[in-house]
Amino acid sequence: MSARLTTGGRFTDRSKQLGFSFNGKRLTGYAGDTLASALLANDQILVGRSYKFHRPRGIVASGAEEPNALMHLGSGNRFEPDQRATTTELFDGLVSESQNHWPSLETDVGAINARLARFLPAGFYYKTFLWPRGLWKHLYEPVIRQAAGLGRAPDAESRDADRYEHFHVHVDLLVIGGGVAGLMAAKTAAEAGAQVLLVEQTAHWGGRAPVDGGIIDSMDPDAWVAQTVAALEAMPNVRMRLRLMGAAVQDHGHVLGYERVSDHAPGSAGPRHRLWRIRARQVIAATGAIERPLSFAGNDVPGVMLAAAMRDYVVNFGVIPGRRTVVVTNNDDGYRTAICLVRAGLEVPAILDARPYGGGKIADEARALGIRIEPGRAVSKVLGTRRVTGVASCLQIGEGSSLEDIPCDAVAMSGGWSPVVHLWSHTGGKLMWDEAGAFFRPDPERAPTGADGLPFVLACGAANGALALPETLRCAAQTGVDAARRLGIKAADAAAPPAQTTDESSLMPVWIMPAKARADLRMKAFLDYQNDVKVSDVQLAAREGYESVEHTKRYTTLGMASDQGKLSNINGLGILSDALGKPIPQVGTTTFRPPYTPISFGVIAGEARGEMFQPLRRTPMQDWHAAHGAAWEIVGQWRRPYCYPQTGESKRDAVNREINAARGSLGVLDASTLGKILVKGPDAGKFLDMMYTNMMSTLPVGKCRYGLMCNENGFLMDDGVVVRLTGDSWLCHTTSGGADHVHAHMENWLQCEWWDWKVYTVNLTEQYAQIAVVGPNARKLLEKLGGMDVSKDALPFLQWADGRLADTPVRVYRISFSGELCYEIAIPANRGRAFWDKLIQAGAEWNITPYGTEALHVMRAEKGFIMIGDESDGTVIPQDLGLGWAISKKKTDYLGKRAQERPDMVRGNRWQLVGLETPDGSVLPDGAYAVAAGKNANGQRNVQGRVTSTYYSPTLTRGIAMGLVENGPGRMGETIWFTAEEQEHTTRKLSLVEAKIVSPVFFDPKGEKQDV
Amino acid sequence: MSDPSDVMAPMQGARSEGVVTVEALPAQGQITLRCDLSDDFRWKLGETLGFAVPEPLGATSDGDRALLWMSPDELLLLCPYDAVPTLMAQLGQVFDGWFIAIADVSDARAQFRITGGHLRDVLAKLTPVDMAPQAFVPGMVRRSRLAQVAAGYWMRDADTMQIFVFRSVAEYAFGVLTLAAGAGGEVGFHVR
Repeated sequence: MSARLTTGGRFTDRSKQLGFSFNGKRLTGYAGDTLASALLANDQILVGRSYKFHRPRGIVASGAEEPNALMHLGSGNRFEPDQRATTTELFDGLVSESQNHWPSLETDVGAINARLARFLPAGFYYKTFLWPRGLWKHLYEPVIRQAAGLGRAPDAESRDADRYEHFHVHVDLLVIGGGVAGLMAAKTAAEAGAQVLLVEQTAHWGGRAPVDGGIIDSMDPDAWVAQTVAALEAMPNVRMRLRLMGAAVQDHGHVLGYERVSDHAPGSAGPRHRLWRIRARQVIAATGAIERPLSFAGNDVPGVMLAAAMRDYVVNFGVIPGRRTVVVTNNDDGYRTAICLVRAGLEVPAILDARPYGGGKIADEARALGIRIEPGRAVSKVLGTRRVTGVASCLQIGEGSSLEDIPCDAVAMSGGWSPVVHLWSHTGGKLMWDEAGAFFRPDPERAPTGADGLPFVLACGAANGALALPETLRCAAQTGVDAARRLGIKAADAAAPPAQTTDESSLMPVWIMPAKARADLRMKAFLDYQNDVKVSDVQLAAREGYESVEHTKRYTTLGMASDQGKLSNINGLGILSDALGKPIPQVGTTTFRPPYTPISFGVIAGEARGEMFQPLRRTPMQDWHAAHGAAWEIVGQWRRPYCYPQTGESKRDAVNREINAARGSLGVLDASTLGKILVKGPDAGKFLDMMYTNMMSTLPVGKCRYGLMCNENGFLMDDGVVVRLTGDSWLCHTTSGGADHVHAHMENWLQCEWWDWKVYTVNLTEQYAQIAVVGPNARKLLEKLGGMDVSKDALPFLQWADGRLADTPVRVYRISFSGELCYEIAIPANRGRAFWDKLIQAGAEWNITPYGTEALHVMRAEKGFIMIGDESDGTVIPQDLGLGWAISKKKTDYLGKRAQERPDMVRGNRWQLVGLETPDGSVLPDGAYAVAAGKNANGQRNVQGRVTSTYYSPTLTRGIAMGLVENGPGRMGETIWFTAEEQEHTTRKLSLVEAKIVSPVFFDPKGEKQDV
Repeated sequence: MSDPSDVMAPMQGARSEGVVTVEALPAQGQITLRCDLSDDFRWKLGETLGFAVPEPLGATSDGDRALLWMSPDELLLLCPYDAVPTLMAQLGQVFDGWFIAIADVSDARAQFRITGGHLRDVLAKLTPVDMAPQAFVPGMVRRSRLAQVAAGYWMRDADTMQIFVFRSVAEYAFGVLTLAAGAGGEVGFHVR
């Protein structure tokens, strides 16, 4: 059984007891525990069920590589699935639950899958696609969907209770990993003068060295770490952060760091997680190494643990995974665990060393402690199902015939170490195979390169394959100096402090244990714990013809779980390489992708949630609209009033009321969102003649002209009124959503194509509040406000004037999008709200009625005016819309001109703009297609047009619509049929609506009302 | 004369206190100048205003007027809100016949003042600009983003940043600044 020792624990503070729960059981731990160490202290060996076979699983590791101990953590708005117990710091009141079982962890119905393992081999998912087809929909899909996933998704109605943020920093040198290598490298680089940021993913400096032992500078590693941390903290050019993981190394030295600010103290003030977006000129990856499991039958039974993790629990937390532990190893490091356990007063009945030659000096130490050592021996299989009861041992070179059953309650396994090369590899660093250590390590000749083509990542310590302490420190000290030199610092060589550790004899690669394991053993030897991928699965994939490691990964799902194969990749490669008869370096690795371990969605979103999800653009009159009950319409990032329903009034009734008021007396519209771009310079006229289809250079000062803007493909892009301000300046109005795009479009042509033209643009959209005063009484209102002559003679239609109204500086344009007498008034935005209030107050005697975007749309449709985005969709040219009058025939060129001469644009029978009228006055469905005879090559009904705008017109008291119809203007008076909104699905008959093709101008075709 | 109470700057009067203080500033006269920043131009503008034209990323000021470098062909002239018409007219006269765009943008932008010791850490949450004391020194101007909107930064002194954004997103800018400065938001990176 696992338990807490009476003393010990580098990290735990036994004076601070913490209460927590697991599956409803109330348990206790100590400050400094991880959830994993606290569970072990309470003899909670079983912590979850596996993904596919629902096999009972226990804690295997002590850090980020843990595949099994994934928990539901927290509750309500702080509930989160798939949280690693090994990296979760214990806090008082922690609530945890195991995952992937029903009805309980101990009694799980899904475990039946394990009995069906024969029928769930590698690629079983893909095989279900093949045959029989009918089963997929009714059997496989529902069953697999039910079984998929480990943790439960948070409740859909819960809302993350925490705050998250980003943090941008620029540093000369980023050192990732706060073990002895990271500390050493940071120190030599900082001493050379570099600005250094040193980050460590756990809550402690020093990494593995204090557990693994040795001597640094005549001190034990703990003392050296404390001294070095103190020295670094005293340096002004060093920043150090704990609980900050290097998550991703990306192009151009952009590194993502994941800081878990308050996971260990939930609910405290401040953010929970912080995403560091670090621009580093150089990066040192001192990310250590991860121990590999050994692939023997039953290596997933709870109680089987990585040997080094077992030492971690004993030394760091004073927790023992078992009383009687068999150690199985293929290298000398495994002996450290045996020695550590015996020194802690525990039993080690045997060390099974797969190497026929056994261990080096450390084996002598173990032997001196009275530990039985069996060279050339292996585990045939682990005994026990829910927890280890013993191991059957055998010869490593054999098929697994048991020589001896050794009773025990824990197994420590060590298959050697793999450097954490993830960060090196994220942005293209290449690896080389190290025969001696049987691992991939960074190839310094092929480092990731930055924007300048030069390498910007260095690896050191165990991450670079330097596993032994003296070598780790030497490598790290030199790497710090190398990094400083890459930063242009003239750094002297720095010596590493003298260090000692036990000399080791060589490792023997063991990919399968025993080497010729029988089929029944291979089917129980797990490579990937999370996805239940076994030795037999990878071998099957190889037999079925999967040669590429990337394909094998996807076929077997090896390394595809949330741990991304941290434990399984190299072992899987070893098996595949054996099965293919190709050496490992030739088989290669799969791709290492960021993040190193999963990071929270919250931290990715940062501040962008809730109210701050997106910027909301507001006009100077926004508060007035809100106070007067506006129903909103989304227009880009603006919210514009759609209409202003009064108490008890429907939106439709409100729109009708607003239109009748504007046409009958006086309406007012907040048009501030319209784009306004100043174009100025000696070549401004020439430039605008290129931008617009119309001739703008000849527009007289003081006048306004409606203009169309096309892209290079001839398609209509934007429209608006252009105003000639002075001899060399124009003001271009754009659509509300188009202002930024049109400004960028203009600058693009000016900066990239016509850079020698003397033109400046300034986006003045936000400088002005703009208000349309509309209706037969519009002039009377302006005259009442007083200050300038707004009579027809002084200010005729399509002219503008600067002046003052109601003591406010204004510019007044006689333009109309409604067909009524209209003044559009531009006011400095800071005065916009005050001016609006004055208008509303003075207009009361004419029942001044603010109207929204829907009334605007209906009124413009009554007049047959097009709307960008309704009548245009990126495939429509102005000629399609009957706007030929706005295309200058005199100009030699404008953007889109040549495109509009292509055969398809001039073919004659294009869909063109018409008005549409139903005989009964009903409103046509929006977007409906007009049917035509016959079917197309795909067996679909032919169509000959579609509705682009359709409204109820309160002015005409009937439905009106515009549409694009094949050769439409040549078919006036013809009747065509559109698909109806409601279709009868029981019969195959299409319901159609009849409409007559008419002129698109429904109201005041001569334009008399606007020109008074 | 216009009624001065008619003038309402975006978010005028808004203020929040967190690990830094965020304040919306009252209406500020702002004039955009787009021109080739030639020696001739620099000399003539300097002579007109009575103070020098800033170098790239810089700002110069004299009393209640300042010039901010915005881009290789753009400057922003700050002055009292009411002084804009006179100054515009004066500049129009001085640069008559030049290839130049002079535009009143006093109402187009919102200005905020951020003060406090944690200034650099708080702003580093919202903008990729390098906020390190040796990189962003008092007197410097940078144009970048503030969370999701365009923003300009003018460091007035070691504890004061003036930030400008387009007026329509003033409320958003105030919101994200306040959020980033919320309790417990100290990072302890630039300030230890």
